[in-house]
Amino acid sequence: MKFIDEYRDPVRVQAMLRELESAATRPWVIMEICGGQTHSFLQHGLDAMLPQRIELVHGPGCPVCVTPLEQIDKAIAIARQPNVTFASYGDMLRVPGSRDDLFSARASGGDVRVVYSPLEAVEIAEKNQDREVVFFAIGFETTAPPNAAAVEQASRRRLNNFSVLVSHVCVPPAMEAILGSASCRVQAFLAAGHVCAVMGYHQYVPIAMRHHVPIVVTGFEPVDLLRGLLCAVRQLETSTARAENAYTRMVTLEGNRAAQAAIDRVFVPVDRKWRGIGLIPLSGLGLRPEFAAFDAERRFHLADVVAEESPICIAGEILQGKKKPPECSAFGTVCNPQHPLGAPMVSAEGACAAYHRYHPEAATHA
Amino acid sequence: MPEPDFEGYTCPVPIRPRENIVMGHGSGGSLTHDLLRRLFLPELGTAAPRSLDDAAILDVGGLRLAVCTDSHVVSPLFFPGGDIGRLAVCGTVNDLAMVGAVPLALTCGFVIEEGLSLEVLQTVVRSMQAAAAEAGAYFAAGDTKVVQKGGADLLFINTAGVGRIPPTVDISGANARVGDAILVSGTVGDHGIAVLSAREGFKFETELQSDVAPLNHLVETMLQAGDVHVLRDPTRGGLATTLVEIAQQSGVVMEIEQARVPIQPAVRSACEMLGFDPLYVANEGKLVAMVKASDSGRILAAMRATRYAAEAAVIGQVVRTGEPQVRMHTAIGGTRLIDMLSGEMLPRIC
Repeated sequence: MKFIDEYRDPVRVQAMLRELESAATRPWVIMEICGGQTHSFLQHGLDAMLPQRIELVHGPGCPVCVTPLEQIDKAIAIARQPNVTFASYGDMLRVPGSRDDLFSARASGGDVRVVYSPLEAVEIAEKNQDREVVFFAIGFETTAPPNAAAVEQASRRRLNNFSVLVSHVCVPPAMEAILGSASCRVQAFLAAGHVCAVMGYHQYVPIAMRHHVPIVVTGFEPVDLLRGLLCAVRQLETSTARAENAYTRMVTLEGNRAAQAAIDRVFVPVDRKWRGIGLIPLSGLGLRPEFAAFDAERRFHLADVVAEESPICIAGEILQGKKKPPECSAFGTVCNPQHPLGAPMVSAEGACAAYHRYHPEAATHA
Repeated sequence: MPEPDFEGYTCPVPIRPRENIVMGHGSGGSLTHDLLRRLFLPELGTAAPRSLDDAAILDVGGLRLAVCTDSHVVSPLFFPGGDIGRLAVCGTVNDLAMVGAVPLALTCGFVIEEGLSLEVLQTVVRSMQAAAAEAGAYFAAGDTKVVQKGGADLLFINTAGVGRIPPTVDISGANARVGDAILVSGTVGDHGIAVLSAREGFKFETELQSDVAPLNHLVETMLQAGDVHVLRDPTRGGLATTLVEIAQQSGVVMEIEQARVPIQPAVRSACEMLGFDPLYVANEGKLVAMVKASDSGRILAAMRATRYAAEAAVIGQVVRTGEPQVRMHTAIGGTRLIDMLSGEMLPRIC
């Protein structure tokens, strides 16, 4: 399959591993920002093939994982209302709120639907004007443009039964937060290639400089990941620290201007709480005042829902790369993909789920 | 009777036990297994041996009969390559075939939603008869119920089947032996992706067809060609879940080669896009077999000469007894463990 097979070529992978082996003369701690990258490392067994001197820590780039508990509880509260159709991307359904999840809301009669695009939710609203249709607008800069487009479409079509429950987050403020933490061990970052395809990577230039940390834009296939690691290690070995693009087939410095413009038309930076990490100033996107009519939180009067996390779950430390999933006392025992305690065990992109699926034996060694 | 405890006896955390059935309980993965182990078997399991194979084997006056039942719900009713009728017959015929039985008679039960067109029903029933005829089985009994609009999704079909097991045949998920070759009868994931595409309106360059087919003639061919120990059709939960089930039943460690698992390019692309792993996608016309290594070449050649197994392949082997495990050598040269599907398979966000 074109664009896949050449980036999973075992001969190329072996050659790059040898290159990496000789490039890394000292131990280095490198964080892959995106959960998609974490899964790719584990899905291909690539993590176990890396030189021992390279330690990967898994970053907070899983949109499901970092969506705060309150927002999940709000989603469930909305979905349980009788005249509501609640539309969501599939993997949000399984994320536990403080008491249950959207699957349970559906099982007890709520109209909860999986959609593949927010525009499907707009279509549902158009066809069912007697129902309130709410879309769970979550994710990083990757899902923000289509979600912005959905709001604009609904506005253009003058739909007054469509709204979005927004919980968007942005990568650069989270990286700053991780780098600002006193216990930060991360020496270099693999930035998320798809986020950069939308936003470009100019935002990372000042971060790399300010914190003297290499930031390498990296794709998702084994060859892409190895290329990202090679660039990062070469920078580290030469005490260089700059934003570098190792995913040139997808990413440019300035990114996708049209997508960025769509985000800017609909959303504005806001403070956002990250599940397991806490409040990060100006790290999220909220609806602009002119689109307030599409804000589900206003429409359903849900401003003051508060929620408590499970005391056992160490999702926060996992998401900041301070601990690995098998170091959690609940990993694989009381917390597993059927009964997740924390979001990293839920999503296909969550670090705990990735370990559980690809290294289930880790649970018994923990 | 104590209440069934789905949360696991060790769970101290403040997440409530599930009080309701969720879709994942029907996914064929570990939630389904939970339900089986914690509710159905304790409540219903009696004299019948609990082999948990696709069909039960009853000894009736020296004659070994295989019995199984399967309910079918699929949306849409018609999809590229098949329909609910063909699915309902093949599901049961294949469950019989997976214990080496020759299908004899079938029953069918229809739950019909008020308002379903007679023309649709007739098309489905004709498709059932065609599939049964292909398998060499006949319908011996049936039942019809109609429910109010909204009480069912157009049409649900249950089928049950009885088959005769030839005296020398001994097939079970517990029979995998060290050294056995692991075979799959063709490309995996076709059915699940074909139905999903039809339901969601995805368009791919080549239209995907479901693989739904009766496999009893293929099984007969295989049994004639060599020593077959295990057969199973990897339906819900896909190839991965099926291999883990067999490893657990037989108490063995298996190793498979990712690069050898046949997958159609269109299925691979669809899975890449949706964030699915084709190893977990449902099949309705494929089987997995563990066969004596020295017979594997002969069996494979015989399979490839049949209609539904032209792309059959050896994908791995049973390496040792011990803590049940399925290990996969990835295409890039790594190794990872294969686990059962947990819950429902969900498309990822980005």
